[in-house]
Amino acid sequence: MKRKPMILKIFENDRGGQIVLGVLAVVVLYVTFANLLFSEGSFLHISTYTVTLLGKYLAFALLALSLDLVWGYLGILSLGHGAFFALGGYAWAMYLMLQIGDRGVYGNAELPDFMVFMNLQELPWFWYGFEYPLFAFFMAMFVPGLLAFVFGWFAFKSRVTGVYLSIMTQALTYALMLAFFRNDMGFGGNNGLTDFKDILGFSLQDDGTRVLLLILSFLALVLGYLISRYIINSRLGRVAMAIRDGESRVRFLGYRVESFKLFIFVVSAVMAGVAGALYVPQVGIINPNLFSPLFSIELVIWVAIGGRGTLYGAIIGAFIVNYASTYFTSALPEVWLYALGGLFVVVTLYLPKGIVGIVKKEKNVTAVS
Amino acid sequence: MQKILQIAFLNLLFSFSLFANFETDIKPLTENSFLKKENTVEKLVSKYSENEKLHTLLKAMLDGELYYSRKEFVVLKDDEVTNLLGEKLERNRKIFKKVKTNNKLRSVIRNRLSQLNLFSKDVEIRFESAKNIRSNLEKDSIPLIEKALKFETDSSVKDIHLESEAILKARFGNFEEKKIAVQNLGDFLSPEALQVLKEIEAEGGELSKLASKSIASIESSRSFFSFLETIFFGLSQGSVLLLAAMGLAITFGVMKVINMAHGEMMMIGAYTAFTIQQIFPNLIEYSILLAIPLAFLVSGIFGVIIERLVIKHLYGRPLETLLATFGISLLLQQLVRTIYSPLNQNVETPEWMSGALEINSALALTYNRLYIIIFAFLVFLGVLLLLKKSSLGLKVRAVTQNREMAKAMGIKTGYIDAITFGIGSGIAGVAGVALSQLTNVGPNLGQAYIVDSFMVVVFGGVGNLWGTLIGAVSLGEINKFIEPVAGAVLAKVIILIFIILFIQKRPKGLFPQKGREE
Amino acid sequence: MLPLYHENEKNVGDLKQGSRILLVDGVTLSFDGFKALNNLSFSIDYGELRCIIGANGAGKSTMMDVVTGKTKPDSGEVIFGQAVNLLQMDEPAIAEVGIGRKFQKPTIFSGHTVFENLELAIKDDKRFFKTLFANLKGEQRDKIEETLELIGLQELSKKSASILSHGQKQWLEIGMLLVQDPKLLLVDEPVAGMTPSEVEKTGEILTSLSGNHSVVVVEHDMEFIRSIAKKVTVLHEGSVLAEGNMKDIQENEKVRHVYLGE
Repeated sequence: MKRKPMILKIFENDRGGQIVLGVLAVVVLYVTFANLLFSEGSFLHISTYTVTLLGKYLAFALLALSLDLVWGYLGILSLGHGAFFALGGYAWAMYLMLQIGDRGVYGNAELPDFMVFMNLQELPWFWYGFEYPLFAFFMAMFVPGLLAFVFGWFAFKSRVTGVYLSIMTQALTYALMLAFFRNDMGFGGNNGLTDFKDILGFSLQDDGTRVLLLILSFLALVLGYLISRYIINSRLGRVAMAIRDGESRVRFLGYRVESFKLFIFVVSAVMAGVAGALYVPQVGIINPNLFSPLFSIELVIWVAIGGRGTLYGAIIGAFIVNYASTYFTSALPEVWLYALGGLFVVVTLYLPKGIVGIVKKEKNVTAVS
Repeated sequence: MQKILQIAFLNLLFSFSLFANFETDIKPLTENSFLKKENTVEKLVSKYSENEKLHTLLKAMLDGELYYSRKEFVVLKDDEVTNLLGEKLERNRKIFKKVKTNNKLRSVIRNRLSQLNLFSKDVEIRFESAKNIRSNLEKDSIPLIEKALKFETDSSVKDIHLESEAILKARFGNFEEKKIAVQNLGDFLSPEALQVLKEIEAEGGELSKLASKSIASIESSRSFFSFLETIFFGLSQGSVLLLAAMGLAITFGVMKVINMAHGEMMMIGAYTAFTIQQIFPNLIEYSILLAIPLAFLVSGIFGVIIERLVIKHLYGRPLETLLATFGISLLLQQLVRTIYSPLNQNVETPEWMSGALEINSALALTYNRLYIIIFAFLVFLGVLLLLKKSSLGLKVRAVTQNREMAKAMGIKTGYIDAITFGIGSGIAGVAGVALSQLTNVGPNLGQAYIVDSFMVVVFGGVGNLWGTLIGAVSLGEINKFIEPVAGAVLAKVIILIFIILFIQKRPKGLFPQKGREE
Repeated sequence: MLPLYHENEKNVGDLKQGSRILLVDGVTLSFDGFKALNNLSFSIDYGELRCIIGANGAGKSTMMDVVTGKTKPDSGEVIFGQAVNLLQMDEPAIAEVGIGRKFQKPTIFSGHTVFENLELAIKDDKRFFKTLFANLKGEQRDKIEETLELIGLQELSKKSASILSHGQKQWLEIGMLLVQDPKLLLVDEPVAGMTPSEVEKTGEILTSLSGNHSVVVVEHDMEFIRSIAKKVTVLHEGSVLAEGNMKDIQENEKVRHVYLGE
């Protein structure tokens, strides 16, 4: 028997994943060429704005994916996943901040503008090392992972589950939001970190850099998807789903439930952190609003709308809701919040399996008839 | 010529006929020199201390409401002209000129006014003026204070006079007097007493040691009272938390429904209070009392509608309920933004709720907080009785414990669910009215409280009303005791972390419901 | 919470026919003043098939909760093998040391197929990083196939467990217990919802298991108990009322009084 390459094995029996990632690959490629090959006036040109927007959606999709891993497969409804995303974003934004050098308003080569404004004389200790991209990127994964580990260690050990756990994750991100809004935390207070110039030596204003970031975001999403799918396909994934369906029964089979939860929770947080790190250079700013409970719970609705427990559903949901959000907030800002609120109600009442659920049902119906 | 004479005569008559009376003596107040005005005030006070009109005059002068024409002095306030006896006059206000004052003059007037007030019939006024005297002590106040001490019958006013006397003696008396006064001052609390003692301490010498001793005594009692004050603030915050969490203790604690729109039920209550004030701007004093039952009703009706339309379909699926009700909270916030405005609105505080209850010079309890504490505990008692003693409470408990069985016994479970949820929401609405007295009313009012109230319920133990009470009060207290050390935001963060850690240790809260695990 | 101590293996000791495998000694547990277990003491020998009977509320399920680590008692001792103190261990550790449990209400994983349910239960290294790369070995696959045949579910092996009937769920759970291959099986009401022939088959399986395993069965079905029981323990109000063979028990005055209601 010839052994299949691992990547094909992961995609086995995953039509949804193949289709969604396939379509995204085509879109990303098309946008890349249309932006780079055709000049601005051309009919076929796609603006850098669209490139960046697509890149942002991809970062959000990765975030949604990470949430689906814990919510859809482990049954933990995290209302604080935005915190991991934001921490990853902040870590990478710190690197970008230090790349500005003396091009800031105050022209201080050592300190970012907001620190000069705060009358700081030198870089706070926790900013040390962030001028090295590798270190910063490591921190973008390590800090969210560590937070998830510490939080999960306590929460899972003491067997806090269900709604209680959800509320606690919400309290976690709420506490972080309050903390990051403080100026003396050393992360720019409510203005956050912004005015980035370069990334790894490339100018962020460059179309090429933007396109590169788009492609990187896509690759990160694919990698995140493969890792998630691999975990789900492994026995560990089946144990996770068993934990979701009957936690205490799993214990009597001899599985240490806490370790499984902790593992997946940390993996998910790291993925969210990477998503945050990809988000920041494309959007150009990060501020404590990403820690707000509203953002975290909004991303829950992305996953719910797409269809949880499918992985690719989360990606679909992230794209649909964010596209709608972009469209409405500029066209009809009043309507958007009504629509978002309504979405929560409608999806939970009438679409428990999301869009993926509808499509599957349709298919079943046609298959029967 | 004749005319001139006439005027001269009239003037003469005017001044002469009133030579020995009030109306003439106040004439110099129209002059430009502030010094002259000051002297006039001093003279008036010594001469007419019993005259009611002087009081009105000085008061009006102090507030910049004293006007004069060639003929008379009047008080002009809100376009109304009254004479010094408070009688309304029909005058064209354009003929009046203002009696100008400067800072120094106003401070003299303030002083003199309080001296006058020292002998008022009203204890409240005497009390206020005694305090005023104490904070503006002068060397020559001693005779006045001694006179007042003889006259005074109320002990709390007397205490202030004694304190003033001691301060004066410590500052201006002979050595023996100073010694006794410095020792006595240790029993008082006011910042003035403290200041005098500090000055004496700085001078050195024999008195210095005595002063240090008295300072220590004052400071220890002041810190005791500031401790009491912190407890009061904590209690006040705790009662707000209690109000916010009590509705949740019913919907979440008893019914196990996780209602993320709970904060918005509070917001609706607060907006009800606001709306009533908009409709009846003349009834500020009572509108708050009207708002309480109305807010209960409005929020309650919203609660019933939400329960029937959404939550009903999601029983037993807590995470879905959480999401759906969160959506509802977004909808309600946006609704309020559309109807009112995204801006914060101000709800007026009625007269009887403003001001503070002063225990002594180191401790004052504001009435609005005091009333809210009392109110919170009343609501708590009400809820307790409702759940434990009423037949509705019995049915509610029956339904939540065993739905099928309750149904079999003829209880209309759907009806009970709706009513219970309505009551929980209604209580949140009432909490919103109370909140409107503490902060501005805005679309985000509820959001600020939702996490806190869940924390209270979880901390106290789900399904245990006493736990909610103790949880709310202790969280309020902890918060107020950390705040001075760590700052408001950090205090909040610390508390959240504390609760997260606490839940690790006791996942079921302070007072868990015991029983066989399912 | 102790991690999975592999030295527990040593403490279990050498299990021979007739040596003691479980000792429950003076266990008391109260909920809000109500004593669910009251100074409960008994022991199970290796290779034994023990039936435990008692009225509702006699403490049967609570006893199992204590042994499997779900509930911690107020006082008393529970020793597995020669020296494994079960009260210091959590559920996975107790399962790992060799105690399996079938619940009163069948609890299977409805999101998984029948086969996956058995795969989850099978005896293997259950630490999380091992499961990430775990594949079924040949003999494990055989064992599952064998068990599927035994419990009559080989046709449904690829189907979701959620579609099973109540009886089939019972079987699946028994199957899960079998592939877990524990030293001590705690079986709570195995035959509820089964047809007479299935009941008979269950009896056969449990009897054949004893010998190499110890089996503790809690049942209400007296017919079933009579058919398999060698030794019976009667629980009443949280402690042992009587113990002995079925005949003695049936003739025991106290038992007749409180349990059979005569």
